[in-house]
Amino acid sequence: MDSTSRSFKDNAKTALSDAQLRRALDNMKEGFIAKRAKAAAKLPEFEALRDQARDIKNHTLENLDAYLELYADKVEAAGGTVHWCATADEARAAVVEICRSVGAKTVTKGKSMIAEELALNEHLEANGLVPVETDLGEYIIQLRGEPPSHIIAPAIHLNKEQVASDFRARHTEFPAERQLEEPQQLVAEARAVLRQKYLDADVGITGANFLVAETGSSIIVTNEGNGDLTQSLPKVHIVVASIEKVVPTLEDASAILRVLARSATGQEFSTYTTLSTGPKRPEDPDGPEQYHVILLDNGRSQMLGSEFQDMLRCIRCGACMNHCPVYHSVGGHAYGWVYPGPMGAVLTPSLIGVEEAGHLPNASTFCGRCEAVCPMRIPLPKMMRHWREREFERHLAPPAVRAGLVMWVFFAKRPELYRFATGLKAMVLGALGRQRGRFAWMPLGRGWTAHRDLPVPEGRTFMELYDERQRAPVRDGIVRALRRGPETERRDAAGERDAA
Amino acid sequence: MSKQAILGAIRRSLGRDPRDSYLAQARLAEHPRGIVPERSRRDRAGQLALFQEQAEAVDATVVRLAALDEVPEAVADYLKRHNLPGDLRLAPDPELEGLPWADKAPMLTVASGRADPEDPTSLTGAFAGIAETGTLMLHSGPQGPTTLNFLPENHLVVLKASQVVGAYEEAWARVRAAYGPGALPRTVNFVTGPSRTGDIEQTIQLGAHGPRRLHILLIEDEPEAGAGEEGA
Repeated sequence: MDSTSRSFKDNAKTALSDAQLRRALDNMKEGFIAKRAKAAAKLPEFEALRDQARDIKNHTLENLDAYLELYADKVEAAGGTVHWCATADEARAAVVEICRSVGAKTVTKGKSMIAEELALNEHLEANGLVPVETDLGEYIIQLRGEPPSHIIAPAIHLNKEQVASDFRARHTEFPAERQLEEPQQLVAEARAVLRQKYLDADVGITGANFLVAETGSSIIVTNEGNGDLTQSLPKVHIVVASIEKVVPTLEDASAILRVLARSATGQEFSTYTTLSTGPKRPEDPDGPEQYHVILLDNGRSQMLGSEFQDMLRCIRCGACMNHCPVYHSVGGHAYGWVYPGPMGAVLTPSLIGVEEAGHLPNASTFCGRCEAVCPMRIPLPKMMRHWREREFERHLAPPAVRAGLVMWVFFAKRPELYRFATGLKAMVLGALGRQRGRFAWMPLGRGWTAHRDLPVPEGRTFMELYDERQRAPVRDGIVRALRRGPETERRDAAGERDAA
Repeated sequence: MSKQAILGAIRRSLGRDPRDSYLAQARLAEHPRGIVPERSRRDRAGQLALFQEQAEAVDATVVRLAALDEVPEAVADYLKRHNLPGDLRLAPDPELEGLPWADKAPMLTVASGRADPEDPTSLTGAFAGIAETGTLMLHSGPQGPTTLNFLPENHLVVLKASQVVGAYEEAWARVRAAYGPGALPRTVNFVTGPSRTGDIEQTIQLGAHGPRRLHILLIEDEPEAGAGEEGA
C-alpha cells in the first residue's frame, strides 16, 4: 500500500472537519474502553497474564530463528509448504504463483493486516485474479475502494447509512425498495452475497494471529466465521503471516489468547479460534488440498536487537488505538499507511522508514494510555520518543523545531539559568497581562493563540512557590507531627473501638 | 531461497549462533503450563455449571440430557420450537448415526456427511468443552467435517459431561493423549457462541457468516458428578 504518512498533518486537518467521521469516531470512544475494562476486571489474573504474555513473547523473540526453523519443519511434516519471503515483492510473487499453478480465478480473503501491508488485493487484480474480502468490515471498505481505518474494526469510520448506500449501489441484484435501515438487514444482505463467493473461490487467503512451533499450526481468531469458510471451502489455503507471529507451544498460544480478545473487544474469548495444520488428510471428508504459508520478514529481522524489538511482541488487538485521544480525533486513515494509532506510530517508521513516517511518532500527547492497556506491555511512548530522537538526529525535523529544541536544551542543561529565564518570563507576562487576565495574541505563540486565549501567569513560577512553601513548613510540619503523635494514636484506637 | 537469508538476518540482529536451539527444543518438549485462571478449578458440578453459564453468556443455548438416547427428541423439540425445517445433517459419527432417529424423531429428515450449502441445520459431536469461557473444542477427521461447524445456519452440538474440562490446558492434555505429542488433526475449532459481528457501528449482530444459532446438548454421562476431576 502506498503511504500518505508524509501528509499526516493535512490528513488530520481533513479528518477533523469531516462530520461523518466525527460521528463514527464518537461512537467508538465509549464502547471499546468500557468493554475492555469490564473484561479485565472480571479476571483476577488479568494483570499477571499480561506479564506472562510479555515474557513468552520475549523468550520467543530471543530464540526466533530456532522457533521458526522448528515451526517450518512441522508445517512440512504435516504436508504444508512454507514460502520464506524476505520482502513484500517476494511474498506477492509467491501468492500469485500459487494461484496460477491451480488456475485460480476467484480468491476469497479473511482479514489480514499482512495482506494490507503487501497491498495484496491490488496485486491480485493486476494479475487477473478477483479478490473478495469476506470479513464484513473489510468487504464494505473493499466496495468503497478504501483501506481499513482500524486493525480489528476496519470500517469503524463509517456509519450504517453510508454502508446502506454502498450496498444499494453495488448489490443491484436485490430489489431497489428493500429495507436497509437496520444493521441486521445489512448483515443479512452481506451474508447472502458472500455465501456464493465462498463456494466459487478457488483459493482462500487468511492471515494468522499465531503460528505454533510445536505443531506447525496457524491460528486465526474471528467472530464472524468468515475466516473458517475462507480456509475450508476452496481447494487451496494460503496463510500470509509475518515472522514474529510464532509462539512456542499450544500452552503459550492459549496463554496469550487469554489476553487478546479481552484487550481487543472485551470478549472473554472470540467466537472462533481455529488451528490449521497442513492440508486435508486422506481420511478427512473436507478441507483444502493444499496448505501454504507465506512467511514474511519485510524489515522485522532488522528490528530485533534494536530499541524497537519490543514492538515485535504486538498481537494486533487494537487496544492502543481504542484508548488513544489522537486516534479518537483523527481516525485511522490520517496515519496514511496500514497500521494506525500508537502501534502504527511505532511500527510504520520501522517498516517504511522514518523519512516517510516521521510525523507519526509525533502524533501523540504521551498520555500513556496505550502502554497502560497494551496486553503485551509494549512501551509505546518510549519507542515513539526513540523515533523522535532519530528524526532529530537525521535532521528531518523542520528548522524552526530544531532551533527551538537547541535553545531549550541550552537552558535545560543550566538549571539556574532556566529558572531565572522562566522566572523573568512569568514576571513580565504576569505584569503585562494582569489587566485582562488572558492573551489573545502573542509573538511565537500563534500555534496556541490562534485557537484559544492564553491565561496570564500569576507572576511567579512553580519552583519559586515550591521553594518558599517547602522551607519553613517542612521544619514546622515535622515538629507538629512529632507533638501530635501520641494523641493521634489514641484517637485512632478510639475510632477502632467505635467501629467495632 | 530466502530461508537462509531471513534466518541469517535474525541471527545477526540477535547475535546468536545457529546451533543455539536447545532452549527452544526444550520448551516444545516440556510445553510448560503458565497461569491457569482460578475460576476453572471447581468440582465437576461447578465446572459444568460454569461451562453452561459462560456459553449462555455469549448467546449459545444449553440443554442438559440424562442420556445420549434423548438427543433425537431434544433435537426435534428444538427445531420445532424455533420453527426451523426438519432437515438435519449429522456428522458421520457412528455414535450419532446410531441414535434412534426413526423411532424418536420420525418427522426429521436425517442424513450424514459433509455440509451441503443448503443444509439448514447440522448436528456434530465435540472433542471437549472448556468451562473457563464456555468454549467447545471441535476437530476435523473422518467423523467431523469442518464445514458442518460453519455452513449451516443452526449448529447443534452433542457434548458429554465427561468431555468438559476446566481450562484450555486440560483440553490440550487430552489432545496430546489422543494424537501424540506435537501432532494435531488438520483443524481444531474453538467455538464460543454463535457467529457475530460488530462491524456496523459496533452493534453486535449474530449470524454474520457462520451459524446464527449454537445449541449445545450436554449429556450427563458421568455416574456421580464430583468424582475424578482433573482441574482441582
